[in-house]
Amino acid sequence: MNSFFVRRYVIADIFITIILLLAAKLFYIQIIDDQYSLTATKNVLRPIKQYPARGPILDRNGKVLVQNEVFYDITVIPKQVKPFDTLEFCKLLNIDKTEFDKRFEKAIKYSPYLSSPFEKQLSAQAFASIQERLSEFPGFFATPRYLRTYPDSTAAQFLGYIGEVTQRDIDHSAGRYKPGDYIGVTGVEKAYEDVLKGTVGVKNVIVNSHNVVQDSYENGRFDTAARAGERLTSSLDIRIQKLGEELMHNKVGSIVAIEPSTGEILAFVSSPTYDPNLMVGRERGNNAAKMYKDPYTPFLIRPIQAYYPPGSSFKPLNALIALQSGLITPQTSYYCTGAYKGGLPRCDEPHGQSDLARAIAVSCNTYFASVFERLMNVNGARNIDTTFVDWRKKVSKFSFGERLGIDLPNEGRGFMPTAALYNKTFGVNHWRSNSILSLAIGQGELEATPLQMANIECTIANHGFYYRPHLIKAIGERKITKEEYTQRNYVGIDGQYFEPVIDGMQQVVETGTARSSQIPGIIMCGKTGTAQNPHGKNHSIFVAFAPRENPKIAIAVIVENGGQGAWYAAPIASYIVEKYLTDTIRRPMDEFNRIKDADLMPDPTFYYSQIKKEAARDSIRKAKADSLRKKQGIKSVSTKKNNGNKLAYVATPVKRREHE
Amino acid sequence: MSNPQRSFFFNVDWISVFIYLALCTIGWFNIHSAAPGTGNLGIFNTSTDYGKQLIYLSIAVPVGIVILLLESRFITALSVPIYVVTTFLLLLVLIPHIGRNVGGNQAWITLGGGFRLQPSEFAKFSTILLLARYLSGTNIKVTELKSFLIAAGIIAFPMLLIMLQPDAGSTLVFSALIFVLYREGLSPYFLILEGLFITLFVLTLKVENHWYIIGALAAIAAIIVFLFKRNKKLVSNVLIGLCICIAFVFSVKFLYNHVLQPHQKVRIDIVLGITSDLKGKGYNVNQSKIAIGSGKLWGKGYMQGTQTKYSFVPEQSTDFIFCTVGEEWGFAGSMVVLGLYLFLVLRIIRIAERQRSPFTRIYAYGVASVIFFHVVINIGMTIGIVPSIGIPLPFISYGGSSLLNFTILLFVLLKLDSNRMGIIYA
Repeated sequence: MNSFFVRRYVIADIFITIILLLAAKLFYIQIIDDQYSLTATKNVLRPIKQYPARGPILDRNGKVLVQNEVFYDITVIPKQVKPFDTLEFCKLLNIDKTEFDKRFEKAIKYSPYLSSPFEKQLSAQAFASIQERLSEFPGFFATPRYLRTYPDSTAAQFLGYIGEVTQRDIDHSAGRYKPGDYIGVTGVEKAYEDVLKGTVGVKNVIVNSHNVVQDSYENGRFDTAARAGERLTSSLDIRIQKLGEELMHNKVGSIVAIEPSTGEILAFVSSPTYDPNLMVGRERGNNAAKMYKDPYTPFLIRPIQAYYPPGSSFKPLNALIALQSGLITPQTSYYCTGAYKGGLPRCDEPHGQSDLARAIAVSCNTYFASVFERLMNVNGARNIDTTFVDWRKKVSKFSFGERLGIDLPNEGRGFMPTAALYNKTFGVNHWRSNSILSLAIGQGELEATPLQMANIECTIANHGFYYRPHLIKAIGERKITKEEYTQRNYVGIDGQYFEPVIDGMQQVVETGTARSSQIPGIIMCGKTGTAQNPHGKNHSIFVAFAPRENPKIAIAVIVENGGQGAWYAAPIASYIVEKYLTDTIRRPMDEFNRIKDADLMPDPTFYYSQIKKEAARDSIRKAKADSLRKKQGIKSVSTKKNNGNKLAYVATPVKRREHE
Repeated sequence: MSNPQRSFFFNVDWISVFIYLALCTIGWFNIHSAAPGTGNLGIFNTSTDYGKQLIYLSIAVPVGIVILLLESRFITALSVPIYVVTTFLLLLVLIPHIGRNVGGNQAWITLGGGFRLQPSEFAKFSTILLLARYLSGTNIKVTELKSFLIAAGIIAFPMLLIMLQPDAGSTLVFSALIFVLYREGLSPYFLILEGLFITLFVLTLKVENHWYIIGALAAIAAIIVFLFKRNKKLVSNVLIGLCICIAFVFSVKFLYNHVLQPHQKVRIDIVLGITSDLKGKGYNVNQSKIAIGSGKLWGKGYMQGTQTKYSFVPEQSTDFIFCTVGEEWGFAGSMVVLGLYLFLVLRIIRIAERQRSPFTRIYAYGVASVIFFHVVINIGMTIGIVPSIGIPLPFISYGGSSLLNFTILLFVLLKLDSNRMGIIYA
């Protein structure tokens, strides 16, 4: 014991103080601060998504249009790989040594402990030969994946395709999609994404610091099972869909068939089409790129996106409006000399005296030009703009210029000219019925989608109303009866006025323009149309419904560059109607084969590229001109977007060239 | 017990022995729990840390008993040879082919069979022993410059050799012996200065402009001088201290900017909260804090710690063993361990003060200081208030050299203490 005895207390106090400091810090991080326990959970907890199988899509009779097929990914966990016969393995996978090394490097770089894909999407057959031998190569594993397959390779534009989600999709999904997820991009796949997708399940697992799964979290208490997407029964009838695609082979155009009594879409052909299986699997990217470059634009969903002047198929509409307004009766007749008032429009031949039914049957331009003139001048020639607005309203009721609201994305509205457009073109009060006479026969500025044309036939078949066209019959076991699909949309024409028009349409097929497309034993009512095409041969159009009593199918067929309606569109429609109603085709097959084998594909360089180039050149010129104008301080003339008339595309640059 | 003086275990401080055994047991269970995987291999499997630790324990405990059987005078006599031998080993370990480099430290001598010896651990024992031997000599007073310098030399020589490995952690342990010198009469200014140095070190690195610190120091000095202007001695001391402090600030600044290696700077920066690099250098400490913090009050339970079980915490059975304690036994368990250590060091101080022999007293303070320093630095490191310096937690951390060293340290003290009456008869 020496004089510094008291220092023991100083030392002890220092020890106690510092230990208390440690205790305080421990108290803070263990009791007060919650962040650490959250981070600890986050460290080890990995919610792993369990992807559900996407729902299959069936046709109306339960035949599979799309389903899932198993493919195999070969994955590798580099740390678990033991020395093996690389050459043999390469041979098995059909790759060379350098490719093998490259992929293996990549896998190691990603993580030596985690599995990374080595070979993607081997088909079941290709995998069968590898499967038995995979155990010889430790560290390599097979993971099954489910991909879309289309057993009949049909209805590509209708069904659409799926693809990986884009950043945009992720941003708009409120957390429902993560990178790498699949989403419907077009068609039914997009429209019914929520139904088909199913519910993603979550499996909570515990991982170690190398991210290797160690155990399930809390014995799976918080796990949720993946629920497969629901089976979607579409309204499509695969029999006529396939027949339609066969008949439209090597032709540009579309077929839309609707069941008038329900509004269900029976056929939805867009030609040229593509094999939907091309949009699946390893070659998807290449195939898609090829198709994007295809001048015939196979991705265009022609039934709802292509616009055509309806041509003569529009005539019954004018007749119905005139009948409803009491301007004509079924007995009203005009004399045709072969041309309306000796000028335009012409008829192919002088039709002589015709009443309404005969005029429809022979598609007399003179008759309908006269009817249209009456319609337009009912309030006097000077008041044509108000009369036109009234007429336009009536036509619009048939959904011309409007979207029908089909349950497919990206539907077009067609084009219905307005009085304002004519005021601009001709000057206010400087246009008369003569100026817009081409509307009488479905030409001029008027444009409609094939779906709209088919819908008009539904309306006629139903004597004055239509159901909103849709493509869904049932989801899972539940039949879909949405109110909007069962509600009648009236077009403002009384039922009694349809009979004379339908009489005429029956004559079209029996004695008129489409008499060669008669179906034995079935009364089909139709109307041919020939849409003028400034770029080549006219488009062949035929609209119809059948049978006359209790109609089962309404159809619109457009064959681009097919010439007159009776040449291609009418026979194609008749075959589809026959097939749908009788399940066979009884007529001679040589005619069928002639239609089927006909190659009406236009010259791509002229037909499509030209239009695109002209449009592009046009816009460049416009931009240049605009900038020039801006420089000179002259106010830019309002250049309203072209109304879509293809004539205009070609005409404007020519005019500009003259000015330069 | 008719003749208690004859019994070898007479007068042994059983409380310390009990704490020792408690800490060793806690240590083994936590090493077992921290082992990667679930420990299916059986507790005697020598390829695992817990299996090996069992072997070390079965060596260390008998060594402790043997020490109790030794003659006290024998230990006193051996202090110089032991110092010489450990110094030799410290030199030997620096020779490239004999010493083994693990984790950047040339600190191990391979013994074969997967076992290695870490001489720096034993240097702590030998240094304390020699220091006690020297300072307990007649007419040796720390207050005299010559004695002070020799005592400092005894401490500094092994420090220098260990610094060459370079093992910063073990080097710093020797600085704890300032408590011994203080107890033996060293001026309290040294302690105050050390405390000031630590504070200034932190402030200098945290405060961008060191002129603020110097200004503040000068202001504090001015206030003290103004208040105690009568006390000439205090005023002069304060002024000298001020000069030293200012010099220290400048030298820290200089050291930090020009001498320290970038990775050392990063470690210091992370502890001081200047930078946070949670993926890189800060990963260990961050994960360790997460482990301890997630233990909450009662912990996750034995073998249930996800941070340690799934190897998020590095070196989890050695330097970061306290993570397992904190995570699996929570705040309650941490307090038990911390309490045991505090109780042990206070107990040792008590033992020290009941000695008649200055040798035992000095030795006891040495043991207390070293254990205390290890505990504070190790636990402080796992909870992020001390830079990551790799030193083990006494009795708990996995490692044979460390366990054996601390066992020897403690049991030699217990032996000397059990003879505290014997000095009279000697």
